[in-house]
Amino acid sequence: MDRAASLRWKTRVFALIVILSNPLGGYWLDRGMRGRTTASAVDYLEAIFSPWVMLGILVLILWLVARMALLSWADLSYVLPVTSLGYVITAAVGHFLLNEQVTAQRWAGTLFIVAGTILVGLGTPHSGSES
Amino acid sequence: MKVWILVGVMVGSTVIGDLLQSFEMKRHGEIHDFGPRSLGRLLTTLARKKFLILAIFFMAVSFFAFMTLLETADLSFAVPVSAATLVFETILARVILKERVDVRRWLGAGLVACGVWLLAL
Repeated sequence: MDRAASLRWKTRVFALIVILSNPLGGYWLDRGMRGRTTASAVDYLEAIFSPWVMLGILVLILWLVARMALLSWADLSYVLPVTSLGYVITAAVGHFLLNEQVTAQRWAGTLFIVAGTILVGLGTPHSGSES
Repeated sequence: MKVWILVGVMVGSTVIGDLLQSFEMKRHGEIHDFGPRSLGRLLTTLARKKFLILAIFFMAVSFFAFMTLLETADLSFAVPVSAATLVFETILARVILKERVDVRRWLGAGLVACGVWLLAL
């Protein structure tokens, strides 16, 4: 496999990890945080060490590390729009798994985000900087 | 009102954190080797980069704002609304990081911005 093809595959795999780990982490975090009232540092510590929040944080750490690695070779203006597909999956997770009232306006917004993401995704993974 | 203050803190600190992170990771260069020993060495090197440490601080601020937001707001609102960072970041990536942003990417970022606006209504 030549270098360009290898870079394309590496970019796709890391983008997929970034896209999926964000909604999953958010889902567990939401389960752990819903209904809590954090007014002090102790409240935050208590929340952080609860099982769902802890699981959410671990998955979000995976998201962070994968995204940092991706940013080491792909432009920020490519990485952010492409991985924003995670926002769409999050809306679906909210609706189907957390029973949230996702209004028609929110779904319309989600479609705009999908359209924007596809448009940006048609670009190349590495455009480089001008300098 | 509290919800929008938390959204503001979350978005603002994410934008600053992302710019610092991208700047430092670009300075470090592309990561090629993903073996455990190489990743260990990489983490040791990255732990000494001051912009990256600052970026992590801003990401932590953003994370705690996000956590607090989830106490009352829907996940399907809290996460997509954070995409507001994208518009600011595309502009700042062009202006500060000197990245090449073509018309297609501008248009894409614009559509995402419209989407976020609809989600926030």
